[in-house]
Amino acid sequence: MATEPAQGRTSESRRARFPDEATERMTYERAEREGFVERLPASMREADPARALGWLSIGLGVAALAAAGPLSRAIGLPGRTTLIRLVGLRELASGAGLLTQRKRAPWLWSRVAGDAMDLALLGTGTRSINPLRGRTFGAIATVAAVATADVAAALRERAREGSIPRTRADEPLIEESMSVARSPQECYAFWRDVANLPKFIKLLKSVTAIDDRRSHWVIEGPRGVRLEWGAEITVDRPGERLAWHSMSGSPVTHAGVVRFDAAPGGRGTLVRVMMHYQPPAGHVGSGLAKLLGTDARSLAREDLRRFKSLMETGEIPTTRGQPSGRRSVLGRAMSARGGATEGAQT
Amino acid sequence: MRANCWNGAHDLRVETVPDPQILNPRDAIIRITSTAICGSDLHLYNGYIPTMMKGDILGHEFMGEVVEVGPGVSNLKVGDRVVNPFPIACGACFFCQATEFSLCENSNPNAWMAEKLWGHSPAGLFGYSHMLGGYAGGQAEYARIPFADVGPIKIPEHLSDDQVLFLSDVFPTGYMAAENCSIRPGDTVAVWGCGPVGLFAIASAGILGAERVIAIDRLPERLRLAREQCKAETLNYEEVDVLEALREMTGGRGPDACIDAVGMEAHGHGLFATYDKLKQSLRLQTDRPTALREAMLACRNGGTLSIPGVYGGFLDKVPFGSIVNKALTVKSGQTHVQRYLRPLLDLIEQGRIDPSFIISHHMALEDAPEGFALFRDKQDECTKIVLKPGMEGGRKSSPSPERPGERLH
Repeated sequence: MATEPAQGRTSESRRARFPDEATERMTYERAEREGFVERLPASMREADPARALGWLSIGLGVAALAAAGPLSRAIGLPGRTTLIRLVGLRELASGAGLLTQRKRAPWLWSRVAGDAMDLALLGTGTRSINPLRGRTFGAIATVAAVATADVAAALRERAREGSIPRTRADEPLIEESMSVARSPQECYAFWRDVANLPKFIKLLKSVTAIDDRRSHWVIEGPRGVRLEWGAEITVDRPGERLAWHSMSGSPVTHAGVVRFDAAPGGRGTLVRVMMHYQPPAGHVGSGLAKLLGTDARSLAREDLRRFKSLMETGEIPTTRGQPSGRRSVLGRAMSARGGATEGAQT
Repeated sequence: MRANCWNGAHDLRVETVPDPQILNPRDAIIRITSTAICGSDLHLYNGYIPTMMKGDILGHEFMGEVVEVGPGVSNLKVGDRVVNPFPIACGACFFCQATEFSLCENSNPNAWMAEKLWGHSPAGLFGYSHMLGGYAGGQAEYARIPFADVGPIKIPEHLSDDQVLFLSDVFPTGYMAAENCSIRPGDTVAVWGCGPVGLFAIASAGILGAERVIAIDRLPERLRLAREQCKAETLNYEEVDVLEALREMTGGRGPDACIDAVGMEAHGHGLFATYDKLKQSLRLQTDRPTALREAMLACRNGGTLSIPGVYGGFLDKVPFGSIVNKALTVKSGQTHVQRYLRPLLDLIEQGRIDPSFIISHHMALEDAPEGFALFRDKQDECTKIVLKPGMEGGRKSSPSPERPGERLH
């Protein structure tokens, strides 16, 4: 019944403020196009055959289950519908595994094994008593071609397994925002002094300025994860925007941009961060990937919250080190990580 | 130091724990001289507030003497006598600047937990679950006060602890509840619950100019306090049909404002009360909104529903249609205590109110667990217990018979 006269005005002013934000999700590709980040890692531009094979599996699986009869005739094995349906189930499992699991090589190998089974099955249709053996030979040729692609993809995947997470150019960046009751100039100045970054970015052990634009970053995570790299500021507009990325040859590909927009009505600053991390190969990298991959956005949010507290109050709220009675085993474990307090998400 | 620690529902233990230390520049440490048990502490005691951990120190109504200040605190010095507000507020964020201190954006280190449950996080509170900060509370000999340059108020020597202790929570909470009613001359205000918050809401409604205040409870001693100390008319809901009685008392229109000073563990009787009790004990709902429902139905068209009672989560069978179709205004919130400290201290100094009238018991901090049982079961005409650290244990004014479970009626 009630109408909302303010609605139109609000969304309009919002659009005016963030012209790029209203309709489109922020992705790495877009960030690059709009100049927030200036370098798209080469791995992001690569085609991803494993993913395509995953979708092929899903399609085949659905077809085999839904149209086992027509399919059995098409491959020259009429009547073998139960077998076709079982093949369909297997395909769905491989497809789901490929599309959802982090380790994809086993699923690609499962596809290769499936191809072998299919070839064996089709082999039974090549005897001369089968009047439709022409179709069967066609099917064998198709499966053989797919099997070749499967083996190639599986070998390729094994080579990169455990190294780089499959980030693609259309994947969203970590994006978070926070309103801070300080001026854009003050927020910018604090962030621009890179030595301040470890005060609120929990993962960072230290950041040391090398010169005006370049700096040295050190991360220390749990289980002895330690990484360091050089970074460079690529966009520096005082009071408005800062962008940085890791220098080429760094073990971590990291890029980020932070914007400081004046909030409406003199309410301080809207701080908006977009970031991307691509961890290195090997044990250390997968540790970091796990750390970031689980809930990178929550990490970014807590980092921004700490930034806000520092800007507004000069300190970060804490209960670490306060007294308590006897904790349970779980309670002690959480306290060791900094309490339920701050620890659970970081 | 000694501190009253939560170890599970109905399991409190006074334990020896480390003394608190300054952790941030704007911290202070106070030596506690008086600390109270709040009605909302009973929700923790009964196990209805999530994210409590074994070993948590309870207590959010306390006062004492400053014994240490951090380098960022310039307005307090060692030896100052202060009352401490229960919400922790930074004084600088959007909400603190708007004097909505209990919504401070910078005092809850576990804001993400509250965001999961409520969408956004309010301020951190003393001794009230990890979701609300996990801060050690004040039922102890010492407490650490974060943002001590914003919260505590200095108390003149001539006022006793009992007179000013309730500035920490229940007096401002009752006052804000009454203020939220936007009372105009001629107004009638009905108050559900004559516990400490209800009594201060009643008294404050009078101070703010309400023509009539109608108090609703079931305990004779509390109704007597409402009548004799706060000049309210009273209704015992075990004796009369409250909705019927309120209609009759207000010429059929209903009270101009209704205050629910009961919260999530309402008693009550009848089918709904039994239903709520069952669902809450099975964890199918978090709150028992008996008083809230009645207040919504009783309120006059276009009136105000003010809710100082604590609710935690999800409520069933709430007649929300009465809000829309009767055009009710709903106001609630944890109390912005810092906003009220000075004006209410002035009222006390002027002699317009003496908050100590609600106190029924003084007990030793050592006897806190017995005090909780006494308060929960409302035995011995218990309306408010003040705990004294350092007082010798076992000298409570009367024994508290152990009662299994809670009364339904």
